Amino acid sequence: MSSETSLPISHRQRLWLYGLGTLVLLFLIAPSVIIVIMSFSGSTLLQFPPQQWSLRWYESYFGSVEWRDATIVSVKVAVMTMIVATPLGTAAAYAINIGTLRMTGAINALLTASLIIPVILIGIGTFFLYARIGLTNTLTGLVIAHTVQALPLVVLTVLSGLRSYDMNQEKVARSLGANRFSAFRQVTMPQIRFSIVSGALFAFITSFDEVVVSLFISGGETTTLTRRMFNALRDQIDPTIAAISTCLIVLSIVLLSAAQIFGRGR
Amino acid sequence: MQSARLGDFGAGQDGTLNATALRADARRESFGLLALLSPGLLLVFTVIIIPIGWLFWLSLFDEGGAFSAANYARFFEQASYIRTFITTFKVAFFVTGACVLLGYPLAYMLSQLPRRVASICLIFVILPFWTSVLVRTYAWLVILQRKGLINSWLIDLGVISQPLSLANNFAGVVIGMTHIMLPFLVLPLYASMKTIDTDCLRAGMNLGASPAATFRQIFFPLSLPGLASGVVIVFVLCLGFFVTPALMGGGKVIMWAMRMEQTTSLYSNWGAGAALGVVLLAVTLALLGLFQWLLGARATGVWSSR
Repeated sequence: MSSETSLPISHRQRLWLYGLGTLVLLFLIAPSVIIVIMSFSGSTLLQFPPQQWSLRWYESYFGSVEWRDATIVSVKVAVMTMIVATPLGTAAAYAINIGTLRMTGAINALLTASLIIPVILIGIGTFFLYARIGLTNTLTGLVIAHTVQALPLVVLTVLSGLRSYDMNQEKVARSLGANRFSAFRQVTMPQIRFSIVSGALFAFITSFDEVVVSLFISGGETTTLTRRMFNALRDQIDPTIAAISTCLIVLSIVLLSAAQIFGRGR
Repeated sequence: MQSARLGDFGAGQDGTLNATALRADARRESFGLLALLSPGLLLVFTVIIIPIGWLFWLSLFDEGGAFSAANYARFFEQASYIRTFITTFKVAFFVTGACVLLGYPLAYMLSQLPRRVASICLIFVILPFWTSVLVRTYAWLVILQRKGLINSWLIDLGVISQPLSLANNFAGVVIGMTHIMLPFLVLPLYASMKTIDTDCLRAGMNLGASPAATFRQIFFPLSLPGLASGVVIVFVLCLGFFVTPALMGGGKVIMWAMRMEQTTSLYSNWGAGAALGVVLLAVTLALLGLFQWLLGARATGVWSSR
């Protein structure tokens, strides 16, 4: 923006600031870069840069039944969480956006509670509840718990889409004879679909990366990838985890870019 | 409340002819909206509110089942609990401080760069934000541990002969958590710095202030609300943080959340674990409430920028 550059401070006078800022950016990104490079190392020793290159850690990841099963569980749970959380969050955001209900503030607080409440407390609480109703170590239990955690992100994302959308268009459609649902589906949804898709992607990654609650409520056949990684890291540093981590980083990049592209399509 | 107002209008014109119909319509509308909200609310209520309420109830009874405050009294009596609280607050202070020291210059730089460059730099903040906490903790373990990258570099360069202990201790926990918390400070701070009117700064400079004085007297005070919201969210998240201290603390740095996990999973002492959780939640809510009261802003705002 031109107004910023017109401040009478030259870039040269700010070199120290740029230097410092770049260092902090490096601090943020370096660990991921190092892990990606290390995952192609051919040795079990932690050397950087690696002396020889190989795909052995990827082979060890994809070749292991345990890691593969855990990955499949995580993908299943994340997909189901996305499928459940997206419509629930969208419906809630729609109702909040209309804003005629009393206690919208309280409803908002309740829906976004899982962002504020310490996740360890959610973990212990769900474990406590699930142990009594037999939902521990089940996919259903995981999906329910992850949906609650993903819901606020869907609500906030869709809500921000709805805020920049003119609700009167839906009123027009209804005055022309569409019922509420088809007015939403044919008029509103196409215009906020990018927020909905972003919300869905956020729900997916929230579930896929979730650690703490999964530690408590998953196990046995339904051990998630993050739970298995956590336990592996407690024991020793296995370079296989570098390969898995690289896959997770790539997944984050892909989903974030997708959300970005969809977000721009608005 | 458009339909209600229309109802009043109708009532004024020709009695109560369609006022009832409109009121019924408004009620139907409210029911419809509630129906849309109910699945989400029900889920949150069942998975979060009921279990936490239940745990709160449990925390009021001692192991024999008698009504007592024993679970809470323990926090003041047992040295190990006091140590846990001190460690937790110490970690939270150090991490928050490190985040401010690293995050403020970064957010300031981002806010001063042209929008195009800033949005590229922001990728470097947002990408780690969306990368699994486990992955990032693993990365720091690889970098910092005894035979890790930093130690092997320093030994190869001949700077040190014995490996430094960087992981599995307090320092490791602080470094790892700072990396994870930094985006939570930078993003709201950057957003609030973007709203500072450059005309104010230009006016200051026109009136003869040096760039440093302009920053100190105009920019910095205006950026404080954004900084405060970042500080509060980072501090609160640190208090309940589990993954990084559990993996990088080497069993020596016992934080609040780890204590909760131990008492419930290891010792199955639900009352004690629940009491810890209740106090943690109370402290969290108190800090957030205090912040909201002081600044009239919602700390959860940071999430929408995620």
